[in-house]
Amino acid sequence: MRVLMKGNEAIGEGAVRAGCRYFFGYPITPQSELTHYLAKRLPEVGGLFLQAESEVASINMVYGAAAAGARVMTSSSGPGISLMQEGLSYLAGSELPSVIVNLMRGGPGLGNIAPSQSDYFQAVKGGGHGDYHMIVLAPNTAQEMLDTMGKAFDLADQYRNPVMVMADGIMGQMMEAVDLAGDTKIEIPPKPWATTGMAHHTGKNVINSCLVIPEEMEELNLRLEKKYKVISQKEQACDQYMLADADIVLVAFGLVSRICMSAVEKARAMGIKAGLIRPITLWPFPTELIEKTADKTRAYLTVEMNMGQMIEDVRLAVRGRAPVFHYGRLGGMVPELKDVLAEIKNLHEGGTGR
Amino acid sequence: MMEAIYIAGHGGQGTLSTGQLLANACLKEGKFVAYLPHYGVEKRGGVSNCGVTISNQQISSPFVTEPTVLIVMNNLSLERYEKAVVPGGLLITNSSLVENAVTRNDVRVVPIAANEEAERMGHPMVANNIILGALLELTGVVSVETVADSLKEVLPERHHGKIPANLQALERGAALARKHKLVDQR
Repeated sequence: MRVLMKGNEAIGEGAVRAGCRYFFGYPITPQSELTHYLAKRLPEVGGLFLQAESEVASINMVYGAAAAGARVMTSSSGPGISLMQEGLSYLAGSELPSVIVNLMRGGPGLGNIAPSQSDYFQAVKGGGHGDYHMIVLAPNTAQEMLDTMGKAFDLADQYRNPVMVMADGIMGQMMEAVDLAGDTKIEIPPKPWATTGMAHHTGKNVINSCLVIPEEMEELNLRLEKKYKVISQKEQACDQYMLADADIVLVAFGLVSRICMSAVEKARAMGIKAGLIRPITLWPFPTELIEKTADKTRAYLTVEMNMGQMIEDVRLAVRGRAPVFHYGRLGGMVPELKDVLAEIKNLHEGGTGR
Repeated sequence: MMEAIYIAGHGGQGTLSTGQLLANACLKEGKFVAYLPHYGVEKRGGVSNCGVTISNQQISSPFVTEPTVLIVMNNLSLERYEKAVVPGGLLITNSSLVENAVTRNDVRVVPIAANEEAERMGHPMVANNIILGALLELTGVVSVETVADSLKEVLPERHHGKIPANLQALERGAALARKHKLVDQR
């Protein structure tokens, strides 16, 4: 059954289909339709929707539910996600599976409610304190927003790690066809570590990130490092478009990647060998594929709704073997197809970007 | 791509519901469709626009920056978006409120006095669907019947009593466009 759904609703339905039964959040544009949707939908499946008094409360309610072994999520946008950073660090430190959705809006500060990708650094480089990583997923269609939620909860459980699903605000408002016919069987792995009470497990289960003895804290850090290495090796995901013979390679995620697909098509029609790499996982970043393309690429162009954040990860992957340029629109503005095309033409003619 | 449609007006004119209605009908006919509202700090009287991209294959960019069809519901929208229409494209104006002259001479212009027509029908709120009826007649992108079917799904139940008036509006719009086509041919 294909139905027309807003991206926000697709995320909500995806969460329900993934077995998420607990949502704690606080409304903020442009993700409020997601909270509306779950407020109505979760009680229908015996779940709990709770509007907390703040984002700080929400993320700590997520901590509690995750500690008890529930599939749980929260969602917000820029300013709210900033308030949650302490909680995210605690979730990572206590290795609690949880899903956090960020529908990004223009910033810094209170900014505006227009679409943006300026929370990239915050999501993939930390944001909260301490040595940690979240897995960060970036869908680019309403269908993928739905499907990504299943993937997010599975990864969270598999690695006992917080997972962030990140999209720009306009993807929450966009409506596209979503297929609801797929598999709805929910398989949640056993969680013998969860604090479900002594009636349900032998011995004490303790969820904690406070290790006052440095030797013990280092041990936890080493365990996390080992886990992050496995995730880095096994979970990199990206999509490619007309990449095989491309010498100008665009790199873009989320909705911007679709503007770039159109730009690549138009460039090809003009005889320019353009192609596109779309990271699906922003952390771990798809370094392997980008690295493989470095020797046959004349120039890379990252297109982002920010001042140039993902470009740093592309440069790390390319390791100086080809120049990497950036084109961005800021503050809630969206790159226009004709402007991206002009950048491609400029690079094709030997230009060096702006 | 078959059509990239941009509908521009102000809050309260039904631009967004027209876009959603059209998108829903396209989905019913098995087409690929993307609906993208311009969203901001909206209020009655503020800017209210949306884009609907319709295709028989997967849609790459859902942003409508070069529309094949532009619907303008007021003067400001004409001024802002007239230049964006592709040469040879279609420009439908709500001539009840668009008083300024169209400056493009490389697009097909169809004026529809939607507000006056709607008032004549006794249902001032269906002006948007008079325009949609004209769009369907002029582009054939989906059938009027499919749009009529979609009304039940798109309109909240408390408004289902208004479905007959909306159907009448779609048909009235189509009839006005047909009349226009005859004039064009002469």
